[in-house]
Amino acid sequence: MDKFIEIDKIAYDYNRLDEEGNVEGVNRALDGVSIDAKRGEFITILGANGSGKSTLAKHINALLFPAEGTVTVDGNNTADEEKLLEIRQCAGMIFQNPDNQIIGTIVEEDVAFGPENMGVESKEIRERVDESLKAVGMYDYRESSPNKLSGGQKQRVSIAGVLAMHPKCIIMDEPTAMLDPQGRREVIRAARALNDVEGITIILITHYMEEAIYSDRIYVMDAGRVVMEGTPKEIFSKTEELKSHKLTIPQVTAVAVALKEAGLNLPDGILSRKELVAELARLKKE
Amino acid sequence: MLKDITLGQYYRADSVIHRLDPRTKIVGTLVYMISLFLFNNLICYVFAAVFLTFVVGLSKIPPKFMFRGMRSVLFLLVFTVIYNIFLSTGTVIVKFWVFTITYEGIQQAVCMLIRLFLLIVGSSLMTLTTTPNQLTDGLESLFKPLKIFKVPVHEMAMMMSIALRFIPILMEETDRIMKAQIARGADLENRNIFIRVKSLIPILVPLFVSAFRRAGDLALAMEARCYHGGEGRTRMKAMSFSAGDIVAWVILAGYIFAVVFLGVTFKTFPEFLVLEMKAGLEYLIPTLSAR
Repeated sequence: MDKFIEIDKIAYDYNRLDEEGNVEGVNRALDGVSIDAKRGEFITILGANGSGKSTLAKHINALLFPAEGTVTVDGNNTADEEKLLEIRQCAGMIFQNPDNQIIGTIVEEDVAFGPENMGVESKEIRERVDESLKAVGMYDYRESSPNKLSGGQKQRVSIAGVLAMHPKCIIMDEPTAMLDPQGRREVIRAARALNDVEGITIILITHYMEEAIYSDRIYVMDAGRVVMEGTPKEIFSKTEELKSHKLTIPQVTAVAVALKEAGLNLPDGILSRKELVAELARLKKE
Repeated sequence: MLKDITLGQYYRADSVIHRLDPRTKIVGTLVYMISLFLFNNLICYVFAAVFLTFVVGLSKIPPKFMFRGMRSVLFLLVFTVIYNIFLSTGTVIVKFWVFTITYEGIQQAVCMLIRLFLLIVGSSLMTLTTTPNQLTDGLESLFKPLKIFKVPVHEMAMMMSIALRFIPILMEETDRIMKAQIARGADLENRNIFIRVKSLIPILVPLFVSAFRRAGDLALAMEARCYHGGEGRTRMKAMSFSAGDIVAWVILAGYIFAVVFLGVTFKTFPEFLVLEMKAGLEYLIPTLSAR
């Protein structure tokens, strides 16, 4: 399969400023990062705070440009200014704070913002808005004010806003960091549904391990580098290595590991509760 | 306390007024405002008030909701009345201590009170029945001719709609910061106005910092959603005048005609009302000062 998103050894520097605003030095936020995603894949990027994962996300959407290396989205290089809008349309982005990314004062007006910018015709915008709101289960709230929604609902509206642009890929930059468990579940469920049903490539950036278990592949970042790569099973089997990158393993996996250490004959890389229950049932039978 | 202001808050309902084109509503509000300043005439105001009541009735907005926003401007109203009653010159009705109450003063005060009241209700009716986005769309379309003079009409409209969207969010934030500062012992209820003003600084500074951070985030989110100025932008709800708008224009024309007619026909205050007031005050003030 073709590589839909290809990030090739990119580097990005933030200028460190002193109190008067002079450049004091540079912080290398990304250092030789290479990541790729196939069409329809669900990729998770894990990393502790300050690992550079958000900076990386902004590169895919052409909000930031690499100092070195190249970012290619659907065959377009993000450095090509003429393709800027095309790239942003193709790769939508969801941010962390639900309040700071809703532009409209009414839910449906906000969802319409993207297609309006793209110059889509009025009638088609209407169709896209309804369709996107239905896809995230927010159609009943289409005429509400965003201020009256819960965090999870706001994030779903944001997702609908991106969806209305008919993207091929959605990058989610810690979309659940400011939500309660209920909201987190809503958002992740919506993301998985889009991936399964619509075949949209999802790049989820998070530091919640539980959210990573459904992805096809995981990249782990630390200090601006990609330090681990693999399927959830592979990644979460390496407890010690994850710990060295300031990350933990999902709760269920931790339980499984502890049980194994206590002498139970369990396999490595148990991720979901369902799996654990099944394995335990099997052991019981034996 | 901060949540009381309904200005710029859309009240969701399905009414004739809600369905009007925003341009009709903006021009209508403007015409209504002008009509209030055309004549200093009580009969005109009564007519304007009746007209407004009729429109509010059509809009299906509960009166309670309308008046909730008035509380914040109550001070302005009281101030205007006092200012006009005591500081106008003209025919003296009563005089006590340093105050003189004049016939013109009372007339002015009553007029200004009614005028301001109708003005506020009228304009909040517009913001209550029109979503801020519709409002800015309407303004943008009305001001389009200014583009010839290189006025950034679209950008201004966008800024306005974003400002309106963030008013409630920043209000909530202010509330939160205030509570946080009170929890740390900030004295926000001191009687001394200087101390109180000074204690606003630790509220305003974090508020500004957070507003700037939000602005940065929002700009990024807008860019990510392909925003690139007004060029080539389309609308989901393209504005178009409907039959209802034509009816509204006709009613509006009838209204302004009626106001002008009433204003020209009747002169200022009805005489009997002034006499009544004069008698009342002449009775009231000596009794009060006698205490």
